[in-house]
Amino acid sequence: MPPTKEFLENLKKTPERLRESALRVGKLPETDRERSQSTFHNLFLHVQSVRTHRNSLRFAYTFGLGLILTASFVVLTITGILVMVYYKPSTDLAYQSVKDIHFVVPAGRFIRNIHRWAAHVMVVAVFLHMARVFYTGSYKKPREFNWLVGLALLVLTLALSFTGYLLPWDQLAFWAVTIGANIASSPREVTEALGITRWFDIGAFQKQLLLGANHVGQEALIRFYVLHVAVLPLLTAILMGVHFWRVRKDGGLSRDVTAEPPPALIRGREVQVFPPTKTYGLMAVVRGRTPVVGRAPEGSVPSWPHLLWAELAVFAFTIALTLALGYWFDAPLKEMANPAIPENPAKAPWYFLGLQELVSYSAFMGGVAIPMIVLIGLGLIPYLDRDPRGVGKWFGGPEGRRIFWVSLVVGLISVVALLAFTVQFGWLRNWFPSIAQLAIIALNPGTVIVAIYVAWSLWTLHRTGSIRMSAIALFTCFLAGFIVLTAMGSVFRGPNWQFYWWPSQWPVH
Amino acid sequence: MHEQETKRRDVLGLAALWSFVSAIGVALAGVARLPKPAVLPGPLRVFKLGDPAQFAVGSVARIDEGNFFLFRGERGFHAISSVCTHLGCIVAHTEDEGFSCPCHGSRFTADGAVIAGPAPSALPWLELALAPDGQLQVNAESHVPKGAYFQV
Ligand code: HEM
Ligand code: FES
Repeated sequence: MPPTKEFLENLKKTPERLRESALRVGKLPETDRERSQSTFHNLFLHVQSVRTHRNSLRFAYTFGLGLILTASFVVLTITGILVMVYYKPSTDLAYQSVKDIHFVVPAGRFIRNIHRWAAHVMVVAVFLHMARVFYTGSYKKPREFNWLVGLALLVLTLALSFTGYLLPWDQLAFWAVTIGANIASSPREVTEALGITRWFDIGAFQKQLLLGANHVGQEALIRFYVLHVAVLPLLTAILMGVHFWRVRKDGGLSRDVTAEPPPALIRGREVQVFPPTKTYGLMAVVRGRTPVVGRAPEGSVPSWPHLLWAELAVFAFTIALTLALGYWFDAPLKEMANPAIPENPAKAPWYFLGLQELVSYSAFMGGVAIPMIVLIGLGLIPYLDRDPRGVGKWFGGPEGRRIFWVSLVVGLISVVALLAFTVQFGWLRNWFPSIAQLAIIALNPGTVIVAIYVAWSLWTLHRTGSIRMSAIALFTCFLAGFIVLTAMGSVFRGPNWQFYWWPSQWPVH
Repeated sequence: MHEQETKRRDVLGLAALWSFVSAIGVALAGVARLPKPAVLPGPLRVFKLGDPAQFAVGSVARIDEGNFFLFRGERGFHAISSVCTHLGCIVAHTEDEGFSCPCHGSRFTADGAVIAGPAPSALPWLELALAPDGQLQVNAESHVPKGAYFQV
């Protein structure tokens, strides 16, 4: 072939060959076998197994929450990069640049709204996802470690929200972060009371690490900006990768392995199936529980197309939801930050208001000690509850379901009663004005409610003899406490953190 | 002979490994100091308030840029910080009731002692001085004991 002809021939074939080289198989796969191969060969698809168990696709099992989280993270990354184009991280310019994004930049308001609401969606979903994983017993062996990775993701999600909150540099931002930074320095309450602050000032250390100064100012804004746009998203993305990889390597989603496999149906007629004699290459060395190894194909379907459709549907839903919220509701922006006058009341975003309620009893207990206890407690769950029964069933069966409802009622009633008592009669300092600070740190409504919950859980342990049941009791109580405290902080607290039945009763001034 | 050789290699390998680890460790420890500057940035929190005579006896002035209140009474001047000792909100002052914080409802007496709410300690009194140019000067970073009035 003359060189010119070869050249022209190659040029003509280039689009076809480009496609071939990218897809390897050369065309979109048509048979299950080709689809499996495409799944192996694609970086993004091979996180998934080739076959997916039917139970994992049941909506009522996962509610698609992990995927909603993933989708909202993707939405946040894209919209975040778009608002970064105009945002200026400087105390003089930040507020105006956010105003510009809102009022001047074409589509800026829409993008900013989506970014804000997607963050809320992510926070709601992360709590719900954790609850679904907990109540289906999905943290048990071999998924203990993935539960810990999940907890790290929970902390990262909240940290992303908190750092993002400062960036508009409005009144809400400034005072929420002032309060947050002082919570970081609240171990001083204890070191001060013990008289050891001079030698061991962990409070000031944490605050200065966060703010880069002793007051919220330019250094704090830059630190929060770096955390919000670089450090935390990167860590989150990496840990999400680890999280997915572990879901896959731990044998797909948890399920009830004792359940009868569903009848294998082909076009409505039951057929006999045999375990495959040969599994795909590497799959055989994966730890024993993937749907294919040994026990397939009972109850499992090809991931392509079944799982891919489900994923697409959840992504579409999340995007539609955030678009709709962003279209109809504007993200708030208060007046520019004013270090001389706080908002009254100065409230953090809703998911921190339960904490803020606790902090209004004791900064150290509510802001540092109780959250630490809760996190450590959550982290220990899979290592304390080793009972393999009931995995993959909501509440692990009827007994757990009963414990859940009873604990929910106990948790709700005790926290509401305690709050009502505190609002009505005050607390230690109202009765003994000169009481030592250490006494209040040790004994305040926050520690009392934790003690009640722990007592209830221990009693459940004693009554049922099951660690799983007492874990359900404790988790449910804390869930109830979280909901009630959050409602208390968001709806029922007004100026001077006084109790009001409704914001419309707040005094005007 | 053969055995000795592998041993020597192991020792060299281990030495290399550990010098690598300790070098990285030292480097990281150095970098870990980065977030904490030797001098904390921030505005100078010493405020000159002008001629002391402009404050009448029995008056209260709210100094916004310094976050404190300046009082002049029979016994002299005193300045009380308006930064709540709980979580740093700015307290309001009312003539008879002392101070109250908008954020979580801490209340303080007229001389700064806590009477209600979550604040762990009293509002500090700040150091007053007469600057060489004759102006009244408050150092908001420096605390003095309660009851230390300043006479001009
Ligand atoms: C950014 C946050 C998170 C993302 C993006 C994420 C994503 C996912 C996804 C996509 C799945 C698979 C299916 C599903 O349940 O929807 C999953 C499963 C799982 N997640 Fe998360 N997750 C996050 C946070 C958490 C948290 C806070 C926990 C618990 C503390 C957790 C623990 C688990 C566990 C143990 C599984 C395996 C469940 C099973 O085998 O049934 N994850 N996660
Ligand atoms: S900041 Fe004053 S009471 Fe919390």
